[in-house]
Amino acid sequence: MATDTTGKNGLMTEPNIPDPDGFYERLIAAHRDLDEEQSAALNSRLILLLANHIGDQAVLIEAIDEAAKG
Amino acid sequence: MLKSFDYPHYPFRSTPDQTAGQPVRHDVIVIGGGPVGLCAALDLAKHGRKCVVLNGADTVSVGSRAICWSKRTLEICDRLDIGVPVLEKGITWQNGRVFFGDENLYNFDLLPEKGHQYPAFVNLQQYYFEIFAVEAAEASDLIDLRWRSKAVSIEDKGDHVVLEVETPEGTYRVEADYVLAADGARSGIRRQMGLDFKGQVFEDRFLIADVIMRADFPTERWFWFDPPFNPGQSALLHKQADDVWRIDMQLGWDADPEEEKKPEKVIPRLKRMLGDDAQFDLEWVSVYTFQCRRLEKFRHNRVIFVGDSAHQVSPFGARGGNGGIQDTDNLIWKLDLVLAGTAPESLLDTYDRERIHAGDENILNSTRSTDFITPKNAASRRFRDATLALARKHPFARRMVNSGRLSLPAVLQGSPLNTPDKDAFDSGPVPGAPCPDAPVILDGKQDWLLHHLGGAFVLLAFNPSADLAALAATVGAFSPPIRCLAVGGDQMVGWTTLSDPEGIARTRFGGEAGTAYLIRPDQHVAARWRQAESGDIEAALNRAIGK
Repeated sequence: MATDTTGKNGLMTEPNIPDPDGFYERLIAAHRDLDEEQSAALNSRLILLLANHIGDQAVLIEAIDEAAKG
Repeated sequence: MLKSFDYPHYPFRSTPDQTAGQPVRHDVIVIGGGPVGLCAALDLAKHGRKCVVLNGADTVSVGSRAICWSKRTLEICDRLDIGVPVLEKGITWQNGRVFFGDENLYNFDLLPEKGHQYPAFVNLQQYYFEIFAVEAAEASDLIDLRWRSKAVSIEDKGDHVVLEVETPEGTYRVEADYVLAADGARSGIRRQMGLDFKGQVFEDRFLIADVIMRADFPTERWFWFDPPFNPGQSALLHKQADDVWRIDMQLGWDADPEEEKKPEKVIPRLKRMLGDDAQFDLEWVSVYTFQCRRLEKFRHNRVIFVGDSAHQVSPFGARGGNGGIQDTDNLIWKLDLVLAGTAPESLLDTYDRERIHAGDENILNSTRSTDFITPKNAASRRFRDATLALARKHPFARRMVNSGRLSLPAVLQGSPLNTPDKDAFDSGPVPGAPCPDAPVILDGKQDWLLHHLGGAFVLLAFNPSADLAALAATVGAFSPPIRCLAVGGDQMVGWTTLSDPEGIARTRFGGEAGTAYLIRPDQHVAARWRQAESGDIEAALNRAIGK
């Protein structure tokens, strides 16, 4: 029997990135030379780009709610 | 006094109501002579109903205020015979630019669909709109426009309303079966009735300046986020008739409104925006704050609120005046049927239901625009700026940039007056939606479909076969009667037949042979069928009038 790896609206929370360490390294590297404000701006742009890529309103809202839980 | 416009002054005229022994009873009294009150009066007259309009002023709107009239408003005005003058005097526009700092981020084109009589938007000063409406009202024997006549008290007696009217010749009492309170955002009637007007106050101030300028700026809507001439704030430039330009500048909450209105303050500000060489004259300056709020319900027994007295929105999106005119469009046919005894009084409650839905949509949209334009905290500002930065290159981000979501007609989804589809439709206006326009031909002459819809219930059928001919007599005898309109097909007794040589009407309505729509007097769809039968039509008609 397949395990359900998604939340009620389909937010994937099981591992899904093939090279998590490589991704994490790039994410940190993008912020390396930025001050706090520049970092926050980059994160904002990144969230918007990713959100558009996902494009599924229910998944996006579920992700916002999940992130807000901390 | 404006330099580009001479205010007409309408005198107070004595009325027999002043000296009548008993207060005179009228069917309908409209309080307020702005665009919404005047459209209500014109619509009542279209239904053959008399009304009195009380206006405390003796002239039209001081300063231009509302400027942006939407396609749906123009279509309603067309039915009231003032659409063409508004279109001709106004400035038609469809392009816009968005700036961030001093950079032109991107341009847009509303790309209006061809084959409609009216464009997406026309910009025209509110006083011109009112003048056209006043001229039409003065020309009607059914409309009694009373200038310098202010309703100072109101009392709902259950089966009628008593008003006290203050005039230069003293005060008199008058009665009405129904009162329409179209007395604006600061409605005195609302205050006297002690009604809550709840919502959100936005802590921000805006400067409106109308300037006369012969400039070679194109006829476009220009919107700036954080421009060099108004750092950290926003600005908007829009063209109106007679070389008058509307400039809207965000000032922030701490600005001193009296100080900011002074020419010595305004002119340098505008020079920073328009360039040192710009030659302009100040026409009208005002500083405003705004709120997004509404009455809990719009109908209070025999007093019905329309326009800004019922709901107030931020100016972003042109949803105030346009929303108010759709209120009257929704209400007047219902009031007419109730006064005629054709429909139950409960039909008036559907005005509440349908227009509160539309009002909430307007409040939601204008609140969202305001939150984008005026971020409330650092994170909100970062997302706003990130959206703008991405909009330089990426179409998806342009969709998120919100400098005002311009007014679109309300679709009355879920209204109890709609008959849900039982036949299959994959195109055409759904029950509750307003009808789209289309070019048609009547008796060899170019015409528009919407000219033939509205004012009464209409059965619109596509290529009806000869066996539908008799339907005209049947539905014409219903209460209220239904007029029959055919698009395509042969001439038939009792039917008006339009031809649709380009097939645009057919396409817009998904009109296969025999398809029929029942259309309300406000041009919204009540029901539709692939094959219409008189029993279904009568049931849908009864439902649409709340029976």
